Amino acid sequence: MNVRVGWRFGPVMGRAVCALGVWLLTAPIAHAARISDITESTLLERAVRFFSFSDPSLRYALAGSILLGICCGLMGAFLVVRKLALMGDALSHAVLPGVALGFLWNLTRDPVAIFVGAVLAGLLGAGTVQVIRQTTRHKEDAALGFVLASFYAVGICLFTMIQNLPGGNRSGLDKFMFGQAASMGPQDVGLLAVVTGLALGAVLLFYKELKITSFDPGFARSTGLRVQIFHYGLMLLLAFAIVASLQAVGVVLVSAMLVIPAAAAYLLTDRFGTMLLLASVFGLGAGAIGSFMSFVGRNLPTGPLMVLSASVVFLLALLLGPRHGILSRWWRQISRSSRIRRENTLKAMYQVLEENAFATDQITIKDLAVKRRKTLDEVEHQVATLKRHGLATISSTGDAACLTPAGWQRACEIVRNHRLWELYLTNAAHMAPDHVHDDAEEIEHVLGEANVQALERRLNFSRKDPHGKMIPGIEDIHAGRASSRDSERATGFGGKA
Amino acid sequence: MGTLIPAFDFQRCVIEPWVSDPWGTGWIIAMGFFVLAAGGLVGNYLLLRRMALIGDAISHSILPGLIGAFLIFRNSGTLVAVIGAFAAGVVTVAMIEFIHRQTRVKPDAAICITFTSLFALGVLMISALESQGSFHIDADCVLYGEIAFVPLEEPLQIAGVTLGPPSAIRMAGILALVIAVICIFYKELLVTAFDSGLARSMGMKSGVWHYGLMAAVILVVVGAFESVGAILAVATLIVPPMFAAQLSSRLSVRLVLTVLHAAISSLLGLHLSYWLNCSVAGAMVVVGSALFVAAWAITSLVGAWQQRRSSPEPAENSPETCNRPPAFL
Repeated sequence: MNVRVGWRFGPVMGRAVCALGVWLLTAPIAHAARISDITESTLLERAVRFFSFSDPSLRYALAGSILLGICCGLMGAFLVVRKLALMGDALSHAVLPGVALGFLWNLTRDPVAIFVGAVLAGLLGAGTVQVIRQTTRHKEDAALGFVLASFYAVGICLFTMIQNLPGGNRSGLDKFMFGQAASMGPQDVGLLAVVTGLALGAVLLFYKELKITSFDPGFARSTGLRVQIFHYGLMLLLAFAIVASLQAVGVVLVSAMLVIPAAAAYLLTDRFGTMLLLASVFGLGAGAIGSFMSFVGRNLPTGPLMVLSASVVFLLALLLGPRHGILSRWWRQISRSSRIRRENTLKAMYQVLEENAFATDQITIKDLAVKRRKTLDEVEHQVATLKRHGLATISSTGDAACLTPAGWQRACEIVRNHRLWELYLTNAAHMAPDHVHDDAEEIEHVLGEANVQALERRLNFSRKDPHGKMIPGIEDIHAGRASSRDSERATGFGGKA
Repeated sequence: MGTLIPAFDFQRCVIEPWVSDPWGTGWIIAMGFFVLAAGGLVGNYLLLRRMALIGDAISHSILPGLIGAFLIFRNSGTLVAVIGAFAAGVVTVAMIEFIHRQTRVKPDAAICITFTSLFALGVLMISALESQGSFHIDADCVLYGEIAFVPLEEPLQIAGVTLGPPSAIRMAGILALVIAVICIFYKELLVTAFDSGLARSMGMKSGVWHYGLMAAVILVVVGAFESVGAILAVATLIVPPMFAAQLSSRLSVRLVLTVLHAAISSLLGLHLSYWLNCSVAGAMVVVGSALFVAAWAITSLVGAWQQRRSSPEPAENSPETCNRPPAFL
């Protein structure tokens, strides 16, 4: 089932990427606007210009950001489930010397040379982490930190050396630090498209294998999969994704574009296929919004804007997620505790009725307050809540309440759960009768019908709890309020046994 | 390539700096030493507690704190910077704990999310302020640091005695504080780092020492920030302790080795930067990393040699003992 989810989302995204590429190739080349042209315009004009897509440089920036989002989201999902988030961080810093060396190849910002150099540096970094872990006593965090810091320092040295070189076209190299989507050219976007295609293709082809090796390497090994090969393949793809994204996000913040959209997706779903899809969509959204804001906001660096957009998405997922979101968990907690309070009141009403030997169906608020050990005001409030839920009615004078048929049924169920559990604990677990109440007080609200029936069978349908009180049977529950009192008279309910 | 890496000229790279500007050269090396030593001493404890990457997180995420404090107080003094950085550090630690506790996101991803978001916020604030032209930290300073500008500061004078550049004096104060705390609380820091259960049974509050260590990290990183930049501040926390840990298992020896490593890498780093004409802070970290690699190679070779000499016993051949470098100090 899971696998099929993965296969289904693939073609959709593949088609989207193709459409994007076709649009880019066929779009008419408008006047060649440069970034410096836009500094004189107002915010609104720039926004209009963004959405008219008339700028070729803007089209490249947007297409690049979108591809970047998809690619980083896909790879990041694997990082998050494999707990390799900090590996992404270390690798993204470790590619810096490779970027500098790629630039030195022919002293221009040639995307292919930079790509090759940076991927080599990234792989060297990943290899160094592995070697340090295997040959020294340093733990993974220290190895990652060392690779991050030392490679980055070498990169900084190379960058400053290049800046002090006489001649050569150095413009645009500083954009590799914090990213500037607007400085992307057709070659950069082409490279990103190739990398995104590779990542998508690899994920589609090896979805099942990647999933198994990510979640249960031991099982994967037992089925004959070469876990290490998939790990290194994934690292290679990760290095590709990081390097291709450098131009738009920058060295310092690539890891954020890998981890944050994927973590947001991880909060929203339990299925890996859905998570991959959501992570790519979030990455796409963050990329597009980041490049839009960078364009509108007078060439602010794109990297931080993309990362902050992704952070907002993560924050929303954190708060509003349907299952793991904080608001929904908080709401579930509130509704559960108010249900428990209602059920405790119902149980107290049942007990008041029972003490009166079911002679009357009226329960005075005063008796209930004594039973619940609460003030009159509190009990009145609770009864009013019950009335709102259709579980009780309040007499015209306001000093007494009656259970509705639904209320009677729920009250019987709770009392039955409570007493059955007490009986079970004394009979089956051999606990002392005076030690079982607290346990039963908690479990009575969560026992399901199937559990209760199993308990009844196990206890041979006993009708008496350890304290000598009657356990309401199924017929009492379904007979409703009035008839059960009759049946109690007829069968001697509460008195006969 | 010939223009990129100039020929090594002993006169130009080693003698010249000391002859032409002994004051500046001396203070740059001193600043580098203070930063690396203070960071390294604190980093030893981070390394033992396997919290090396918390240092990474804090050094990134104090950036918005520094700038926020500047915006609020309209003042770029040290005290303001420290307040802002502490606030940001507290926010970082709280955010990591919150994401880790309240959601099912794993701690590594929680760290990554927190510090990259805060760093992105800081970079954005810098860019926005820079375009308004009202701020003196530029993005390059965050990346490279400005250690070469240390001697250009107006020297601090107390009672007519010229002491030195204020930022270097501040860093020396931080280093002295770190050394003093380590000397006074050596036992407590040792026990809490190695065995928190034993520490609790001896009546030490491990939480206090944990957060005290965090505070020390923040203090050191704030001091290091100006001189080596945000990302190389991580290096000061990680590289010297790793070098020391490679050579010794004893904490006291490690602490001494850390200081030695700081001195060597700042001295050689300066000359390397003169030779290659590159960033001073970067060169210092490169030398420090090279020292670690050398120590790593030497211990591996010595280990292999010792293993060949000793008679093959089963215990010696278990992977655990094979991988461990010899502790010959």
